[in-house]
Amino acid sequence: MEKQWEEMSSDEKQEALFQRWISPEGVEFASPEAEKLYKERATRIKDAIQLKKLPDRVPVMLIPSFAPAFYSGLTPHDVMYDYDKITAAWKKFSLDFQPDTHGGCAVPSPGKFLEILDFKLYKWPGHGVSPETTYQCIEGEYMKADEYDILIHNPLYFFYYTWPSRVFGALEPIQTLPHLSFLTEMYGVAVPFIPYGLPPVQAAYKALLEAGNDALKWAGVVGAFDKEMPALGFPAHQAGPTKAPFDVIGDTLRGTRGIMVDMYRQPDKLLQAMEALTPMLIQLGVGAAKQAGNPLIFIPLHKGADGFLSDEQFKKFYWPSLRNVIMGLVDEGVVPFIWAEGGYNSRLEVIRDLPKGKMAWLFDLTDMAKAKEALDGIACVAGNMPMDLLTVGTPQDARDHAKKLIDTCGKGGGYIMANGAFFDEVKWENLKAIVDFTKEYGVYK
Amino acid sequence: MAEDLVNTLADLKEKEALKIVEKRLSAGEEPLGILNDARKALEIVGKRFADSEYFIPDLVYSGEILKIINDMVKPKLAKAAGVKRLGKVVFGTVAGDIHDIGKDIVVFMLDVSGFEVYDLGVDVPAQKFVDKIKESGAPIVGLSGFLALAFDSMKETVDVIKAAGLRDKVKVMIGGGQVSDEIRKYTGADAYGKDAMAGVSLAKKWVGA
Repeated sequence: MEKQWEEMSSDEKQEALFQRWISPEGVEFASPEAEKLYKERATRIKDAIQLKKLPDRVPVMLIPSFAPAFYSGLTPHDVMYDYDKITAAWKKFSLDFQPDTHGGCAVPSPGKFLEILDFKLYKWPGHGVSPETTYQCIEGEYMKADEYDILIHNPLYFFYYTWPSRVFGALEPIQTLPHLSFLTEMYGVAVPFIPYGLPPVQAAYKALLEAGNDALKWAGVVGAFDKEMPALGFPAHQAGPTKAPFDVIGDTLRGTRGIMVDMYRQPDKLLQAMEALTPMLIQLGVGAAKQAGNPLIFIPLHKGADGFLSDEQFKKFYWPSLRNVIMGLVDEGVVPFIWAEGGYNSRLEVIRDLPKGKMAWLFDLTDMAKAKEALDGIACVAGNMPMDLLTVGTPQDARDHAKKLIDTCGKGGGYIMANGAFFDEVKWENLKAIVDFTKEYGVYK
Repeated sequence: MAEDLVNTLADLKEKEALKIVEKRLSAGEEPLGILNDARKALEIVGKRFADSEYFIPDLVYSGEILKIINDMVKPKLAKAAGVKRLGKVVFGTVAGDIHDIGKDIVVFMLDVSGFEVYDLGVDVPAQKFVDKIKESGAPIVGLSGFLALAFDSMKETVDVIKAAGLRDKVKVMIGGGQVSDEIRKYTGADAYGKDAMAGVSLAKKWVGA
């Protein structure tokens, strides 16, 4: 009899999730060739990550931002407002470049949804930035300096009422809604509901319902794409994302300035808050991986990069809670795909403290020889096709850099070719050159 | 006492530093002297940042403390003091890009290093740079950008500066995000700075300081 999930070791859980990914249920492959390609590709990534078996060749991933839109002659605005345009563009991108994986098509968030809710956290195409421009975050103190206790002791209330009422203009009226805690049995049962009868609160809920309708419409497009791509031979390189606790607070709650001042003025509260967020962030990844039958969970890292924090600050404020998230995922068989944006040269010694064959580290601007040396035998490394080269270099420059990467990092397996940062409009011939060259030169003999 | 404020603030001891300021103000001391000490302290902070002894949180925090000191001192300040400066710099994040963390750090470092910085903010159209160069007569322009789209905006800004007949009157430095020397060539800027310290070195070199 098969072992129950709870009885499995973390290794067995990882293997089980990988097997579900390699042999997905309910996928009707377009052709025997597509099925063969799919399985080869997924197995190649698994081998590169597990560090047990040499893959047949270096896998190659492309992880775009709005590049597929630009490639099809569309603007970010086009795909954020006409959801039906997303599929064709994102599909064409994968079919033309033939990387080993696809990353879903959820980059264009639904524009109408954002408008209905009056999303304040970002400017998006046609709404603060030009239609040809990608969306960009507006940092602010969406959580105030004296609100750590609410976040720590009552995170559900905080994320259900407090925070949304600040980042979504249409939800402002819900900020003072009472708990539905029925302390009074029948007597007084209706009291907490009184605010729901008020016109502003009703308008907020009406906006929520409308936004839900639009999100559902968008999800239909994104979901259909996620179903179709495996059938065409492309495994998904992520089941979903999670984040480092420091970045959750630094990016969208307190902002960079806020969190950095908190490191001085209220370090203990900050540490407690990160601890409180950790189980939620683990569950976010574990839930997505199990639901999708795909062990890969992306973790984009922002504010722990070189220069952002001192070594001591990194070791005190950034790494311990991130490591707890990583280990929480690993324990459940999930494979963190950690994207270290910026440089991570000064962090390499610290991040070595991890178990073998459980994750991949995708680097942006880090010295890849040093990264490979530090993580050799510990974790698969990935990335580093630089943005300047993709944008202004030649195909030969791209091939030369790809060769250097394969020679430096590919030795003995444990390397995935990929871009170092999200990309929009680049020289398409350079992307093609990287994928084709990797498939040819990256073969392990 | 003067030494105290300089070192206390440079060591980022907020409460102690504010107490000293309060004491000196209530003792009837000239606000200008207090601000001069604060400036000296921030110079030390800048040096420590350049020496990798301080990092961004320390810079940000020193700025926060300075803000409070300014607010305490301002009501008692007769008029702004003219400080001798090394030179003028026009600075901003280029059109289409609204990122400001990197820009703010370079502006901070240029400021504490003795430059008079005109910070134009984010998403700055090329023409606004031109207008500010004309108005201020600044010989140095700094273009910041985090996104790859900034490559083209930087190029366009340099082109517009050229079209306005100002190209030989200013030196242009670029930096931020994925900017590299390859991008410098692409944009036609004079130099690329890897980090805030590189930006300060370039500015100093260009004004002959």
